[in-house]
Amino acid sequence: MIPVAITVNGKVRTAHVEPRTLLVHFLREHLNLTGTHVGCDTSQCGACTVIVDGRSAKSCTIFAVQADGSTVTTIEGLAADGKLHPVQEGFWEEHGLQCGYCTPGMIMSAVNLLQDNPSPDEKQIREGIAGNFCRCTGYQHIVNAIQHAAKHGGGKAAR
Amino acid sequence: MTTSAPVLPKLIGERVKRREDPRLVRGLGTYVDDLKVTGMRHVAFKRSDIAHGTIRKIDTSAAEKMDGVEAVFTGADIAKILAPMPIGTPFPSPPHYAVAADTVRYAGEPVALVVAADRYVAKDAADAIVVTYDPLPVVVDPEAAMEGKPGVIHKDFPNNLAVALVPSGTGVAPDFSKIDNTAVDKAFAEAEVKISQRMVNHRLVPNAMEPRGVLAHWEPGKETMTIWSSTQNPHILKTMIAAMNGLGQHQVRAIAPEVGGGFGAKINIYAEEYVCSVVSKKLGIPVKWIEDRTEAFVATTHGRDIIGYVDIAARKDGKVLGLKMRLIADIGAYNMLLTAAVPTLTMLMANGTYDIPAIRTTLTEVFTNKTPTDAYRGAGRPEATYFVERAMDMLARELNMDPAELRRKNFIKPNQFPYQTQMGAVYDSGDYEKTLDVALKAANWKGLIAERDKARKEGRLVGLGLAFYVEVCGLGPSSSLPTGGWEHGQVTIERDGRITATTGASPHGQGNETTFAQMLADQFSVPFEHVTILHGDTGIVKQGIGTFGSRSQAVAGTALHLAGAKVKKKMAQFAAAMLEASEDDIVFENGTIGVKGAPAKAKPFAAIAGYAYVPVPLPQGMEPGLSDEAFFEPANNTYPFGCHISMLEIDRETGEPTLVKLIAVDDAGNLINPLIVEGQIHGGLAQGIGQAMIEEAVYNDEGQLMTGSFMDYAMPRATDFPRFEMASTVTPTPVNPFGAKGVGEAGTLGSTPCIVSAAVDALSPFGVKHIDMMLRPEKLWKIINGGGRS
Ligand code: FES
Ligand code: FES
Repeated sequence: MIPVAITVNGKVRTAHVEPRTLLVHFLREHLNLTGTHVGCDTSQCGACTVIVDGRSAKSCTIFAVQADGSTVTTIEGLAADGKLHPVQEGFWEEHGLQCGYCTPGMIMSAVNLLQDNPSPDEKQIREGIAGNFCRCTGYQHIVNAIQHAAKHGGGKAAR
Repeated sequence: MTTSAPVLPKLIGERVKRREDPRLVRGLGTYVDDLKVTGMRHVAFKRSDIAHGTIRKIDTSAAEKMDGVEAVFTGADIAKILAPMPIGTPFPSPPHYAVAADTVRYAGEPVALVVAADRYVAKDAADAIVVTYDPLPVVVDPEAAMEGKPGVIHKDFPNNLAVALVPSGTGVAPDFSKIDNTAVDKAFAEAEVKISQRMVNHRLVPNAMEPRGVLAHWEPGKETMTIWSSTQNPHILKTMIAAMNGLGQHQVRAIAPEVGGGFGAKINIYAEEYVCSVVSKKLGIPVKWIEDRTEAFVATTHGRDIIGYVDIAARKDGKVLGLKMRLIADIGAYNMLLTAAVPTLTMLMANGTYDIPAIRTTLTEVFTNKTPTDAYRGAGRPEATYFVERAMDMLARELNMDPAELRRKNFIKPNQFPYQTQMGAVYDSGDYEKTLDVALKAANWKGLIAERDKARKEGRLVGLGLAFYVEVCGLGPSSSLPTGGWEHGQVTIERDGRITATTGASPHGQGNETTFAQMLADQFSVPFEHVTILHGDTGIVKQGIGTFGSRSQAVAGTALHLAGAKVKKKMAQFAAAMLEASEDDIVFENGTIGVKGAPAKAKPFAAIAGYAYVPVPLPQGMEPGLSDEAFFEPANNTYPFGCHISMLEIDRETGEPTLVKLIAVDDAGNLINPLIVEGQIHGGLAQGIGQAMIEEAVYNDEGQLMTGSFMDYAMPRATDFPRFEMASTVTPTPVNPFGAKGVGEAGTLGSTPCIVSAAVDALSPFGVKHIDMMLRPEKLWKIINGGGRS
């Protein structure tokens, strides 16, 4: 067992983990932050996307021990003071989700995308979320949701 | 109105934002894997890595010795506590053990399982089980399988025939006592043009983003089983778990918590659900199993996989005289809950939207050493649409006719509805020409043709495709489903005037919490926020069937509306007593209940609710309280329809196809929430386009799934689609009071044929007449380079 200290959604969390523990399992099983989902075992689907030290990352591809000392934001940490993040608002406004399983990862990717490029065109949005699968929506309303967020300060919002 | 209270908006037909979303966008939805029960252990399965063989030896000793392992069960152990799994169709079926005891029949079939303290240990232990097999010949090709080659999978099913040659259509008596081919033979004898083509509607992997999962909790003290599962139909699950555990239905509570997509593949009641329940009962502890994605590729049912031999007989003017469709369905290794029924829907819908005088279809279902098939979004109907629409397109090309005009010539006409088809369906309502015209206009069909021709002159390979579909939706009635085809709803007005309603349609992304609340808010004229819809828990929802077959609105929505009407009547009686008016004069308006023509007398909705629960005085002949239920049994299915048009460009150098445009015009009858409807259509389109262009479950000769993970199976991404262009027409159904038909699967029907037809059109300069899906660049490149004409 190896000790880790990871700042998650603003709080330092410490634990002893097996070296093979994936960051996603650390978040879900140790911290009960179950908003981060697991959709595959080959690092393709993006359901597990979180933000690690300011960049979006697939948390199924990182060992918890690798994230030792890092700062992680999960979907649960996105809304500030009970107010939805503009990207979350966008997904609600534009029906950017159906079953909601891909949604947390999709939102985290969109947050990262808008931070890099606060007013992306449709092609840039589609490319920006190409690492996230959604089986329900056909992506069109997700694109609309991200456009909505871009128009409402999604690129500048704190996270 | 004397007060300045805001007037409540009508909600039916409005683009209301979803009720479900605030929890889901914050990551606060609770899916099966998010649940923990004290004392819970984890299950992992050992699965066969060969497609066909007998188990010679199974060594579990290393697994049993591992730290944290609680128990190990082999197939033989499970067979002692669990009978072979039942199916839901009337066809004969070989025994199917949840965990294979002596023979494995597909790669991925469970052979043993481990119960351990945590998930990592459970997997390590499952990996440590060593199984030795004696291989048997592997049956992969369904057409060879029908001749018993290279072997037979189930001993009582010679030539691997699961369902042997069922005929249907013109001249076939419903009980098969008479099969008269005269009309069909005559149509083909008199034909001036004939089309004949073998087509493959290939196998797909459903891939809901949430893999399956189950948590079973037997409580020995109470003698009750609670089972949480990622399922589309908790009530069916409850029934089956009770039966297979030897329990009464009162002892089982099944819960579908948040479910991350299903697409038909979560209708079936699976081995893992039965096994977790019997193991929990045996060990007296809660156990949880969560499917890995790579496991899901082989352990969750696949979809489609039907070969169609399609023949059309027509006159030179385009009038179709006859249709023949010989269907061969590769159903994989076993019959699951609805496996055998799915291809019968392909037969049922064979004639599509056309008035064809003589039709003959036959269906053969064949076992192979592959993962079993079952429903997948569309379930049999996309296959029918694909076959008939591709054949119509080939006929149009042969006759040099505009594909839209050929369809117009053969459509069932509006005055023919209700229309009894040769296949036994009764189409409820339709106006196909209207929808075709809207589609041609929305797409600017003439403009597209000009654009294509111009591109062609520039040497580019651009093609257009058009397809029409009709779908059977809103399943029931009960005669068509072994579970019963009704749905249940209960409406309760709480003491504070809030409305709580339960529905048996357990959603997994469809937004029922929103649409049903819209309906009830309008029915009682109360704010949307005052209505709550509960679902998915058999401990709360008394009865139900489930969510599949595009039935939620048409069947479950109607059940809720009927329950609402009963409660509303009783509430009006209380109001009449309180307001000293006649029941007939009571009006529900803007959150109040009042008397027609006397607005000043109106009382808040909550005040009447309160009175119903403290009824002093109790009006003569009435019981206190406001709660009632309804079962709705539809008299017929609904038959939504639509027209999809696409433009496709193929790269001459690489053969790579790009979908440039897709226009979808759908007629689902009246819509409750157009925003949700659009989302449903988009999702279906994405799965149809995925099938046409990039998705395919590919097996090798050893029966190994070669596209068995997201590394190899092409899941559509956002970059694979153009922006879909949408329009709609409205032809209400008379089958339910909303006139709503259902829309969940529509997108998968029109998209595949219209895209393949566009590809054929693009490559028509090379003389190609048909291309089987998916449109692999290599295949198209070969056609361009003269090597692969078909
Ligand atoms: S779980 Fe699929 S990419 Fe991480
Ligand atoms: S909303 Fe279901 S997978 Fe995206």
